[in-house]
Amino acid sequence: MHLSTIAWITLVVPLVAAALIVLVTRTSKPFAAGLAILSALITFVGGWTLFVSGASGDFLGFNWIDFGDAFSIPFGLALDPLSRTMLVVVTTIAPIVFIYSLGYMKDEEGYWRYFAGLALFLFSMLGIVLADNLVMMFIFWELVGVSSYILIGHYFHKDSAADAAKQAFLVNRIGDFGFMLGILLFWVSTGSFKFSALNDSAGMFAQHPTLLGVACVLIFCGTVGKSAQFPLHVWLPNSMEGPTPVSSLLHAATMVAAGVYLLARIFPILSVSPEASEVVAVTGAITALGAGILATQQDDIKGILAYSTISQLGYMVAGAGLAVSAALPMFHLFTHAFFKCLLFLTAGSVILGMHHEQNIWKMGGLKNKMPITFLTYCCGMLALSGCYFFSGHYSKDLIMACSWEHHRAVFWMLVVAAGLTPFYMTRQALVVFFGNPRSEHAKHAHESPLVMLVPLILLAIPAVIAGYPFVEHAFFHEIGSLAEPEIPHFIEIIFGAAFFLGIGAAALIYRKVGEKDPIRIPAFENRFYIDDFYFWIVRRIQGGFARLCSFLDRWFIDGILVRGSATVVWTLGFALRFLQVGNLQAYAFFFGAGVVGLIYLLIHVR
Amino acid sequence: MPTLANYLIASGLLFAIGLGGVMLRRSIIIIFMGLEMMLNAANLSLVAFSRYGLVGGHQNYDAQVLVFFIITVAAAEVAVGLAIIVSLYRARQTTHVEDLDSLKF
Repeated sequence: MHLSTIAWITLVVPLVAAALIVLVTRTSKPFAAGLAILSALITFVGGWTLFVSGASGDFLGFNWIDFGDAFSIPFGLALDPLSRTMLVVVTTIAPIVFIYSLGYMKDEEGYWRYFAGLALFLFSMLGIVLADNLVMMFIFWELVGVSSYILIGHYFHKDSAADAAKQAFLVNRIGDFGFMLGILLFWVSTGSFKFSALNDSAGMFAQHPTLLGVACVLIFCGTVGKSAQFPLHVWLPNSMEGPTPVSSLLHAATMVAAGVYLLARIFPILSVSPEASEVVAVTGAITALGAGILATQQDDIKGILAYSTISQLGYMVAGAGLAVSAALPMFHLFTHAFFKCLLFLTAGSVILGMHHEQNIWKMGGLKNKMPITFLTYCCGMLALSGCYFFSGHYSKDLIMACSWEHHRAVFWMLVVAAGLTPFYMTRQALVVFFGNPRSEHAKHAHESPLVMLVPLILLAIPAVIAGYPFVEHAFFHEIGSLAEPEIPHFIEIIFGAAFFLGIGAAALIYRKVGEKDPIRIPAFENRFYIDDFYFWIVRRIQGGFARLCSFLDRWFIDGILVRGSATVVWTLGFALRFLQVGNLQAYAFFFGAGVVGLIYLLIHVR
Repeated sequence: MPTLANYLIASGLLFAIGLGGVMLRRSIIIIFMGLEMMLNAANLSLVAFSRYGLVGGHQNYDAQVLVFFIITVAAAEVAVGLAIIVSLYRARQTTHVEDLDSLKF
């Protein structure tokens, strides 16, 4: 079979599965789940085949919009080192999460809706990965937004879930608006939407430096929305209202990483525009630090992980902004996808064992009752914290090491965030798994079924080894260089110090804790009041503007223009009614008088 | 030999009588007759103009032919009009216009 055929099949199979589930097998639970998992396994085989084959090139499907040389939007698949690596990430994690969902969603309502949403998401995500031009990517970008909306709102009868889905969609809309403008600007300056056209970007950049720089920043707006960067990060913690496997697949491993993938895609022009990369790097660093701080004071087991995800996405974005190599953010994306997905799945296992209790202060002492969950959690937690010999260590330290040379402020922010990561993860681990049970549920917690534990074990392996040099070489040597930069020796000591300080501080504070967090910092607990601030903006400013518009609409457009003209016509008609006297001869008289009047006018008035 | 003016005066008188009938009489049949009279007043003036108006020094009979057409069409129209009156009488048992005043404000 030709490789382009495999690529197309890989892309389309999940869509077919989603359509079949929705249209045909709605009522049947096993068929819905089976179709979705089968499609995910097919993409798994397809994705790895494409990766191993090392195929490159653009496979044109058809020209979607074609005005000859002036303007054309192709609809084709691009296979290059970047998309092949991303393809492996998506197609490896997706089937694992799909299978895990079998156990997690067993007794839930809307089973078919859930699996159809997952399959639709997989299709859209593969579309983003394989798209060979910005417009096509944007289409799939919106499609993942839709599937995210569907899946966050899975428990739509709960107001909080429905609101979270709406918020996720609307906040992303803000970023996507910039993305769309960026695409247009990009086209204006280069005359093409294709990623392959970026190879000549340095020359094009010399011609339009400002235009391309602005285009980069605008396209980055899409990343800010999708990858939950400051200031559009607010939707991601709320999206935890969705089922936990969804949080794991969409809101930790793949979908939110699409923004970073986008940055890696436009890296050739991003890297030659100093201003644009500065914006990207600083945004990423601020996000990494801010979300890291907020994660230290969350009480929801998924909330901690959500802020941690934002923080790690901040690392990736900052890595892209350092303009060193497209492989740098992708490397962290790669390792993060595995260990964060794993962490969310273990959190799901804990939540299921705790009968849907998510507050960590109601847990405690779970390590004996859920041993496998605990062990796999440790793998993920150590990888995230950047412990030596775990995957996160390699990718995170590389980004920080590169930032030392390129941007000192970013470097220090990232280092502080790197100290916070082990802190909040140790806090979570100690409170959830150690100590005494703090509630009835925690006393009677039970280990999850095998169908959930096997995925955990499968993910724990890459969570440990994904950063090792041989893996790095296999997946990244074609994308770009990941050579360790020359850094002073004390920097490496700082990294180690940050890690041990974080763990040590958390161990000191949370080693023996009661039912409450000994540290309470309201500003952190309340998310820096950013959510409240946005609420205020929406309520007062946007609401006030809406009221003004409503006033104009109701009184000016409706009152004067629409109803006013109607009133004039009606009044005229009312006045003319009195001529309808109902007497034949009177009508004849009016008629005759009218004729006489007309003749008079014809003769005497010129 | 009567002149054109005599004919036009006769025509005008006919028209005025017809108009008076239409305006003043109550019976719809009489009104209808008045209408016919006005029509024929117009026919009369048409024939008179034709008789006295020379085109290039020759008689022109176009208008007189036209009058025959008008009479024919008027006959057809009278048939329709009378049919309407008959059906009106069947519906209302009256031909007096004062009683037919339901279409008013």
